[in-house]
Amino acid sequence: MSISVLKPGLLTTVQDLGRFGYQKEGLVVSGALDAAALRTANILVGNPEAAAGLELTLRGPTLRFETDALLALAGADLGARLTGQPVPLGRPVAVRAGTVLAFEKPKTSGRAWLAVAGGVAVPPVLGSRATYLRAALGGLGGRALQMGDALPVGGWSATGRQLFNTILPETAAGWAAARWSAPAPPLAGPGAPLVVRALPGPECAQFAPASQQAFWQEIFTVTTEADRMGARLSGPLLARQASGELLSSAVAFGTVQVPAGGQPIVLLADCQTTGGYPRLAQVIAADRGRLAQALPGARLRFQPVGLAEAQALYLAQEQRLRALARAVYLKASL
Amino acid sequence: MADSPPPLRLYPLGEAAVVLELGQAIAPATQQLIQALTKVLARHPPPGLREVVPAFTTLTVYYDPLVLFELGAASPYEQMASALQRLLPAARAALAGYEPGPLVEIPVCYGGGFGPDLELVASHAQLTPAEVIARHARPEYLVYMLGFAPGFPYLGGLDAGLATPRRAQPRPLVPAGAVGIAGAQTGIYSLPTPGGWQLIGRTPLRLFDPGRARPSLLQAGDRLRFVPISEGEFQRLSHVH
Repeated sequence: MSISVLKPGLLTTVQDLGRFGYQKEGLVVSGALDAAALRTANILVGNPEAAAGLELTLRGPTLRFETDALLALAGADLGARLTGQPVPLGRPVAVRAGTVLAFEKPKTSGRAWLAVAGGVAVPPVLGSRATYLRAALGGLGGRALQMGDALPVGGWSATGRQLFNTILPETAAGWAAARWSAPAPPLAGPGAPLVVRALPGPECAQFAPASQQAFWQEIFTVTTEADRMGARLSGPLLARQASGELLSSAVAFGTVQVPAGGQPIVLLADCQTTGGYPRLAQVIAADRGRLAQALPGARLRFQPVGLAEAQALYLAQEQRLRALARAVYLKASL
Repeated sequence: MADSPPPLRLYPLGEAAVVLELGQAIAPATQQLIQALTKVLARHPPPGLREVVPAFTTLTVYYDPLVLFELGAASPYEQMASALQRLLPAARAALAGYEPGPLVEIPVCYGGGFGPDLELVASHAQLTPAEVIARHARPEYLVYMLGFAPGFPYLGGLDAGLATPRRAQPRPLVPAGAVGIAGAQTGIYSLPTPGGWQLIGRTPLRLFDPGRARPSLLQAGDRLRFVPISEGEFQRLSHVH
């Protein structure tokens, strides 16, 4: 079972939920920038939530499914088409062997995640299939997809089989989407900045009061220096009052650090494990999906939350995914 | 007389990590306490623990709040923070029997094409290149932490006389294995990356190899010594590794 890559897209990588346990050796976590979106797509095709899928950046790839496939898309609407028709997001979609998935002009700027029943079955490296481009590690040869690649697909779960047979009966040709869908998390309205909630960071109090106020009130724009490692923002200059160098300590996905120049960097999935810049804020896990959509030009506003609220939002996200998994299981059993 | 325990501060790094600050300056004693606590946590992992990241003065403990919510915790952070505080006395007690980490020898071919900045470091230090090599290879360094890149060690122990400012213009690509000096630090590039360190030599060893069970050659707490080798030995060792 495999998928042929006819066109690779702008930056399409194999990602799962990340490589854990090696941060003490300096190895970054990697994984889908919007883990909740990948988990949602995996649930919709009957996969374990941690199965590997594809992360699509702005311009999606053109893929031919060499065998029957069950797929699901989550994240931004990048204009997916099957046989010329738009493919809905957040639903399992059953396709016959030989069908080509292509992407037209994206409806919105951003990233999307594609799950296929069975998962992308590249060999795991240090317990994960996530691609870490800088170290050329994991994924398909440690790199982004290229034209002519063949992506191996793993074995389907019983839920995946049942979903496929329900959506596309044996006699039907072409492709079909389920009539039901997973609720999509709200992103920004048209023209509005993405609002991301964040906890004050360990060094927040070292910043001038006016800088703290500006950080939580003003709008920041993602510059062109933005990749899977992090996004440099432009906006009001943020000044640290305390003098003296900081000693390197842990940073994580969502850490907002401020180098001496005063323009913040928000770290993403491929960020270093440690850093020496002051940590002004920490974006909550529940809002990583919004950060994942912040390509160059996107506007962000940071909204403060407390730790108890952040942990409650984390719990709510887990419960939402669990409820979706139960619902999909029931749909498959009907 | 025993030293008083270093100051301790705990704070969150987001909703899924607790940072323990166990000292305020780079010091072997703080590093030992962090190592001791890492070992205690490996033997007695509190529920929900995911992984730990040691740094100069901090140990960051990543955890899954969901596991703690499911165990009935009202505040997963408070629960994890108090679990860590309960384990701290055991870590302090273990310091009495602290055993230094293994000594790792890093062969380095100094100067020439492998160390294009050796002359500059020497003139900055008002030493000959041979004296720089001797002074760089003399100390036993301590690996305080790994970070910046996979397998990249932050080392303590550089001869203060060798401190040299970073290059004004970073190189677009520094090869893996390059040994450099930046300010009062010395280090080894573990992956090819852009970099501004003054390069004085190169090791044929692979500091990071995902094919190994422990991908990083060095671990926090290891001791390290640089061993000067010839270009011929470098070529021979490059084929072995």
